[in-house]
Amino acid sequence: MRAIGRALYAHPRIWLAVLLVPPLVWLGVVYLGSLAALLVQSLFHIDDFSGVIVREPSLATYRQLVTTPANIDIIVRTLMMAMAVTLACALVAYPIAYRAAFFARGRSKAFFYLAVMLPMWASYLVKVYAWRQVLAREGIMTWFADVLHLRWALDGVLGLPAIGGPSLSASQLGTFIVFTYMWLPYMILPIQAALERVPSHLLSASADLGARPHQTFLRIVLPLSLPGVIAGSIFTFSLTLGDYIIPGLVGAPGYFIGMMVYLQQGTAGNIPLAAAFSVVPMVIIALYLAFARRAGAFDAL
Amino acid sequence: MRSETKTPLGLRLTSGAGLLFLHFPIAIIALYAFTTEDRTYQFPPPGLTLRWFASAFARSDMWQALWLSLRVGALATLLALLLGTMVAAAMFRRGFYGKDALTLLLTLPIALPGIITGIALLSSIKLAGLTPSMLTIVLGHATFCIVIVYNNVVARLRRLPYSMVEASLDLGADPLQTFRLVVFPHMATSLLAGGLLAFALSFDEIIVTLFTAGTEQTLPIWFYAELFRPRERPITNVVALLVIAVTTVPILLAYRLTRGSDDVAGLGK
Repeated sequence: MRAIGRALYAHPRIWLAVLLVPPLVWLGVVYLGSLAALLVQSLFHIDDFSGVIVREPSLATYRQLVTTPANIDIIVRTLMMAMAVTLACALVAYPIAYRAAFFARGRSKAFFYLAVMLPMWASYLVKVYAWRQVLAREGIMTWFADVLHLRWALDGVLGLPAIGGPSLSASQLGTFIVFTYMWLPYMILPIQAALERVPSHLLSASADLGARPHQTFLRIVLPLSLPGVIAGSIFTFSLTLGDYIIPGLVGAPGYFIGMMVYLQQGTAGNIPLAAAFSVVPMVIIALYLAFARRAGAFDAL
Repeated sequence: MRSETKTPLGLRLTSGAGLLFLHFPIAIIALYAFTTEDRTYQFPPPGLTLRWFASAFARSDMWQALWLSLRVGALATLLALLLGTMVAAAMFRRGFYGKDALTLLLTLPIALPGIITGIALLSSIKLAGLTPSMLTIVLGHATFCIVIVYNNVVARLRRLPYSMVEASLDLGADPLQTFRLVVFPHMATSLLAGGLLAFALSFDEIIVTLFTAGTEQTLPIWFYAELFRPRERPITNVVALLVIAVTTVPILLAYRLTRGSDDVAGLGK
C-alpha cells in the first residue's frame, strides 16, 4: 500500500490518470453516450403508414417539428413563459439579494441564507402541490380576495384571454406564479453573490464624488450585479424550458416543450419526435450560454 | 458601514414580501395535513383532525416507496462521493489538457434541463437492452450528484495551503500518511456536506427518475401518483411533511458543517 502510494506520488501523471479514469468513464459513457443516443434517435423518423421507427438518418422528424403549426405554438408558448418567469424572478429576487448582501450581518446574514436555501431544497413536488392547494378555486387565494373585497379583480384577471381560466390553478397565470416561485432561489443566490463582490470603496468613491444614492445604484451597483442576474436567468430559463410536471399540475390546457417530450416518448411512442423536441431547449440554452459568457456571467456562478 | 437597522423602508417591504412568498406555501401544506375535508382544498378548513397521520402511516405502498428512495439515495450518494472526490483531487491543483472541457462535462447534467438527462438515459437504457430498475435509477441520480460533491470538495481543497502537504512529506510522512493525517481531516466536513446535499437531491428527484424508474416507485413517484387521487388528499400532505423533514435535516447539517467558510454548502442545486 505504502509502496503504491510512493510510486504514484513519484509519477504524478499516472496518479492523475488513476483519479480521472473512473469519473471520465462514468460521465463519458453514461452521460455523453446517452446524449449521443438521443441525438441519433432524433435523426430517425416514424413511418407514417406502418408507425414503425425507420432507423435511417434523415431530417424528416425535424421537418415535421418545424412545419407543424401546433409544434411551433408549443415552442413559442414555452419560450414566452420562460422569458416572463425570468423577468419576474429577477424583479422579486433583486430586493431580497440586495438586502442580504448590503444590510445583513452576522446572525441576520445566516437567517437570509437559510431563508432562501430551505425553500430551495424543500421537495419540488411538495412545493407544486402546495400551490395547487393555494390557487384552487375554493382555496386560500379566493378566500383572501373575498376578505379584501377584491373578488371582482380576481375574476377580472381570470376572465382575460390567454392568461385566464376557470380558476388560478387552471390558468396560464397560475403556471407562471408557480414557475416564478419554484425558481426564485436560483435567481436570488447568484445576484447576492454578485452584489457581495461589488467593492465597497467604489460606493464610497461614488458618494464622495457627489452621487446621490439612486445614482450610485443605477450607475455602479446595478451594472456590476448584472452578471449575477444573467447567471440566475440561465437557471430560470433552463429549468422552465425543461419542466414537464408543473404545467401538468397547475395550468391551462396547452402543452409545453417538456410535456411534449414526455408524451411523445411515452404514450405516443414516437421517440424520434421526443428526441427532436428535446433538442430545442438544448439549442436555446446553448445560444443563451454563449450570450451569457460574453456578458461575463460565468464569474458570478 | 450600514447596518440592518438602517435598511430603507421600501427595501424592507419588497424583500419581506419576497421572503413571505417563499415560505407561506410550506405553511399551507402543514395546515391541510390536519383538515377534515378530504376532497377539495376548501379554505378555511371546516375542521381539524389528526386521523390522516394514522392513515398515511398505514399505507404499505408509501413505506415501500420510502424504503426504495432511501436505498437509491444512499447508493447514488456513495457513488457520487467516490467519483466526485476523485475528480476534485485531480482538478484542484494541476492544469492539464482538457480541464475546461471536463468542468463543462461535470456541470452539464445540472445545466441542461433534467428532462434531457432523463430521456437521454432512457434511450440509452433501451438501446442497451436493460430493464429499468433500481439500478437504472441509481445510474441517473449518481450522474447529477457527482457535481454536487465535486463543487463542495474542490472549494475546500483549494483552500488547503499546499505547503502543508509539502511540509508533511518533508518531515517524513509518506503520501498515504499525508492524505490520512493532513488532507483528509481538512476536507472531511466538505465531503460530509457534499454527501448530505447529494442525498437530499436524490431523495427528492422526479424529473429524471420518471424516465429511468420503469415500474419502480420512489417516494416522489408515489407522491406524484397520489396527486391524481380524488379522495383522502390530506394523506398526501402528511407525507409531504415527512418528505420536507427528511430533506431539511441534511441541508441544515450541511450548512452547519460549512458555515463561516467561504464555501457554504447548499448554495447551488
